[in-house]
Amino acid sequence: MGSRFNPYDNNGGTCVAIAGVDYCVVAADTRMSTGYSILTRDYSKICQLADKSVLASSGFQADVKALQKNLSAKHLIYQHQHNKQMSCPAMAQLLSNTLYYKRFFPYYAFNVLGGLDSEGKGCVFTYDAVGSYERVGYSTQGTGSTLIIPVLDNQLKSPSPLLLPAKDAVTPLSEGEAVDLVKDVFASATERDIYTGDQVEIVIINASGIKREYVQLRRD
Amino acid sequence: MFRNQYDTDVTTWSPAGRLFQVEYAMEAVKQGSAAVGLRSRTHVVLATVNKAASDLSSHQRKVFKIDDHVGVAIAGLTADGRVLSRYLRNECINHSFVYEAPLPVGRLVVRLADKAQVCTQRSWKRPYGVGLLVAGLDELGAHLYYNCPSGNYFEYQAFAIGSRSQAAKTYLERRFEAFDKYSAEELIKDALFAIKETLQGEKLTSSICTVAIVGIGEPFHIISEQAVQEMVDALETREEATAEQSGGDMQDESGNPDAAAPMEEI
Repeated sequence: MGSRFNPYDNNGGTCVAIAGVDYCVVAADTRMSTGYSILTRDYSKICQLADKSVLASSGFQADVKALQKNLSAKHLIYQHQHNKQMSCPAMAQLLSNTLYYKRFFPYYAFNVLGGLDSEGKGCVFTYDAVGSYERVGYSTQGTGSTLIIPVLDNQLKSPSPLLLPAKDAVTPLSEGEAVDLVKDVFASATERDIYTGDQVEIVIINASGIKREYVQLRRD
Repeated sequence: MFRNQYDTDVTTWSPAGRLFQVEYAMEAVKQGSAAVGLRSRTHVVLATVNKAASDLSSHQRKVFKIDDHVGVAIAGLTADGRVLSRYLRNECINHSFVYEAPLPVGRLVVRLADKAQVCTQRSWKRPYGVGLLVAGLDELGAHLYYNCPSGNYFEYQAFAIGSRSQAAKTYLERRFEAFDKYSAEELIKDALFAIKETLQGEKLTSSICTVAIVGIGEPFHIISEQAVQEMVDALETREEATAEQSGGDMQDESGNPDAAAPMEEI
C-alpha cells in the first residue's frame, strides 16, 4: 500500500486577461506554491510567444514551462517558413492543437492567451487543460478564478456572455480603467485565496508594443 | 571532367581511389551562381549573386537564416540547399530547447558534414549537390565554414564558391589578412567587391545580389535591398574617385553556359 507516483502538482496562482478595443491586458500573480508552502514569491507565469501574443498559465508550472518552450519552438519554425510572426488567432489554434496532442497525459496548465488580432483589436482566448478554447472578451483561470470571474462579469458588462449573446466582443473600458480593474480584482482574490498574492505582473499589449507593470499584493 | 568508368554509383571506388559521383556533386556546386563569405573577429558577411531565370520569374533564395547566430549561403542545387537549411534550423531549435543556449556553429557544421557523408556511402542515395557557406558565432567569436557535398568542411577567413568564384577568391587572397580587424561596413564593402569580381563587367546592383551579416551583438539578418544599393553606389563613387581599376581583368563577355543542365539552378 502507499501512494502511487503522482506526476502532477498544483503550483497555484491566478491569471486574468481583458480585451479592449485596441489593447489587451494579461495579468498573473507571481506566487508559486506547493501544498500549503510557498516556493517563491517571484515567479512569472506569463510568456510572450509572439510580438502580439502573450500567454498566461496557472497550474503545474513544470508543464507550463514545457508548454511555453514547445510553443516558442513551433513559432520559430513558423517564422522560418512564413517570414512573419504568427497572429494571435493562429497562435490560439496552435495552442489548442498542442494541448489536445497530449489528450491522454495532459499538460496540467490552465491557459489564457491574450493579444491583438490581425485588425489590431484586443482578443482573449481561454482554454481548458486539453485544448478546448473560445475567443472571449475577458477571462480568468487558476485558484482565484472563481473569486474574480463574477466581478468581471459584473464590471465589464457588455462583453459578458451572460447577456446572451454578448453585446460587445470586447470591453469598452479604456486601457487605464482595465488595468485598474485588474489591480482591484487581484487585491480581492488575494484576500481569500491562499495561493494568490505577493505581486501581480500586468502585461499590456497595444499597437506600440508590450508594457509591463508590477503591483505589490498581500504576502500572507 | 571527362566520361569515366566507375562513376555509375557512389559506392564504387575507381582504381585511383576516387569516388566520381562525389566529385560530380562538387561540380554541381561549381555550376551554381557565386556566393562569398568573409569573416572578421566579430562579424561574418555572406553575399550571393541572384540571377533570375528570366525577367518573368523571381530569383531563387540562396541565403537562409538558420538561427539568430547562424546563417548560410548556398551554391548548387538550391532544392538540396533548402532541405539542408530546414535540417540545420531543426538542429538549432532542438539544441536550444534542451540546453537553453544557442548551438555553437562549430558543432552545427559537423552534424551537417556527417549528414553529407552518409550520402556518400549508401547505394540508394546520392550526394547533396550543394555547397554551403556557414556563417555563425560561438563563445570564441565569429566563424565561417564551407561544407561540401563530400562531407568535408573547412574553416575560412574568406571564401567563394560557385561559378567564376576564382575571380572572387583571387581578390580575397590579396585582402584577407586585414579582415580580422575590419568593421562590419568594411567587411560588407569587400564582400560586394568580391561579388563584383564574379560578375565580369556586368553592373552590380542590389537587385542581383543578396547580402547578409551576423556578428557579436548583431543577430543574423539579410540587409535590405535599399541599404545594399546605397553601399553599391558608395563603392562606385569611391572607385571613380580613386580611378583605380577594381573591375575584373577578364575581358570576355558572359556568353556563358547559362544554358542549364536540367536540375540546375541559376
